[in-house]
Amino acid sequence: MAKELWKGNEAIAEAAIRGGVEAFFGYPITPQTELLEYMAARMPALGRAFLQAESEVASINMVYGAACGGARAMTSSSSPGISLMQEGLSYIAGSEAPAVLVDVMRGGPGLGNIQPSQSDYFQMTRSAGHGDYHPIVLAPSTIQEAIDLMYEAFPLAEKYRTIVILAADGSLGQMMEPAEMPPMRPPLAEAERAAWAVRGAAGRDKRLITSLFLKEEELEALNQHLQAKLRRIEATERRWEEVATADAEFLLVAFGTVGRTCKSVMREARQQGLKVGLYRPISLWPFPWPRLRELARQARGMLVVEMNAGQMLEDVQLAVEGRCPVQFYGRTGGVIPLPDEILAALYDFVSAQRDANAPAGPTSGG
Amino acid sequence: MDENLAPTAEQIIEQGNVVYKRPDALLDTWTHYCPGCTHGIIHRLIAEAIDELGLREKAILVAPVGCSVLMYYYFNVDAVEAAHGRAPAMATGLKRTQPDKVVFTYQGDGDLASIGAAEILHAANRGERITVFFVNNAVYGMTSGQMAPTTLPGMVTTSSPTGRDVKEHGYPMRMAEIIAGLPGACYVVRRSVHDARTIRQAKKAVITAFKTQLAGLGLSMVEFLSSCPTNWHMSPPDAMAWIRDTMMPYYPLGDFKVAEEVKNW
Repeated sequence: MAKELWKGNEAIAEAAIRGGVEAFFGYPITPQTELLEYMAARMPALGRAFLQAESEVASINMVYGAACGGARAMTSSSSPGISLMQEGLSYIAGSEAPAVLVDVMRGGPGLGNIQPSQSDYFQMTRSAGHGDYHPIVLAPSTIQEAIDLMYEAFPLAEKYRTIVILAADGSLGQMMEPAEMPPMRPPLAEAERAAWAVRGAAGRDKRLITSLFLKEEELEALNQHLQAKLRRIEATERRWEEVATADAEFLLVAFGTVGRTCKSVMREARQQGLKVGLYRPISLWPFPWPRLRELARQARGMLVVEMNAGQMLEDVQLAVEGRCPVQFYGRTGGVIPLPDEILAALYDFVSAQRDANAPAGPTSGG
Repeated sequence: MDENLAPTAEQIIEQGNVVYKRPDALLDTWTHYCPGCTHGIIHRLIAEAIDELGLREKAILVAPVGCSVLMYYYFNVDAVEAAHGRAPAMATGLKRTQPDKVVFTYQGDGDLASIGAAEILHAANRGERITVFFVNNAVYGMTSGQMAPTTLPGMVTTSSPTGRDVKEHGYPMRMAEIIAGLPGACYVVRRSVHDARTIRQAKKAVITAFKTQLAGLGLSMVEFLSSCPTNWHMSPPDAMAWIRDTMMPYYPLGDFKVAEEVKNW
């Protein structure tokens, strides 16, 4: 299939359709609304379920219901809407229903604004609701990558019976660029439906899907099971991209749209003779820390760049554990950091490190 | 065998003389409900209706948060547990992806009329092909007797210790009447289960509610006036009388919405 010009939100929707989504439940919110609109037009035409819910609270619970029946169900929203979904996400996690969610992040806190942001990093990666769990969180930096990750989201969610969140930001949702769509995945046959799915107890014992376990030993057993599953996910699903790290003295660490910007910054810095590499986490959870720790042994420093006040920064610091200096540069409120200002922040960081490492000499008077 | 001895229970059953037994849709187990609570009666009516309509293998129960949170351990049908108030949204997700199944919620007054008010109103307004059993006992039972949206004026609860002051907390919500006002709702009635006559009437309503869904019509709902002797601080007989004498004047029994197709059955 040839490349076509796609808008981010619509590309994600079409990739979900080709990936086999059977039911979409959503609520309008900028900057993801085109995703909902695209689904509204396409899903009924394909004989699949589309419903504009009364709220994000309802959307996620509709997804929960459909997913309990073994259907491939999803919703999409933007930051304030994702906040409203925390309750439902926690129930979905506790009952191990596979579900897919798209967060086209905007500026916060509160109503914030509708400009691009990455300030839901904590909200998505830490637990996305009450209780001990983590969704798989995948952050694309191009529309092609958004398509590819979205296409993979349902098999991934089903493999682990977990939540998969595609973490995009407003600029990725709104921009257009050429991308290639995957083929249409065939719909699930009745025989392929999960053995736990609630579909009416025809000729078998009843099934129950719940996140309620009143006896503490039973709830602890569920938690131990969930934690064992999370460790399996950590071992197999860490994803990242690294560019020019082999000889890099300094690393830019960034995800999503900013990861893409940092690639340009890295090239510019290299042209100016600075040995800079890029480390771009694709899975925000599980965070790809082991390779980053290896790189921390050779790097003289890392500059973490985000469209927030420093959220992934904490994961980088945990990965590095003091092996090299870690500096942060971020913009908030929907301001997109430009390549020039990132480059300036990088030079500031590099010169500060060189000054710090320079042999002690006489201090200048004055 | 001594012919003078009365037959054992097994001998009677072998002779096919059983006139009353546990419905297949209920499991042979104990329940956690308090003595005198009418959840058990309502469970049985729903289970009898499921048996009589042959729905056991296609029914999906969406359980609530509240006293009936564990009801999925008593019903012999596929079941899911919803978050507090979200059962109609969850049922929507199930029904939209499995339209051939019979999806029903069972919700208390805190669940349906307070925290889940938006979900039930919009499910009704969309005309979701689901069935809702709404159990109104005018109090939060599971958390031990706080004021509910359905608590009667002046009624003392643990969170309205001097009685519900309608100037502070508003009036009790008549959910059946509110939901009946939405075009998508096709069968909305209120029944009681405080005596044999009202129980028989309630059974008929449960059957009609399921048949409304089977006919592919919009949302069907039966509101039950239900007892809570524990949190009302009454004996079970007094609680039944309280339903009749105190609840029914504010919550009249009746048919608030019956679609033309349903009337013709």
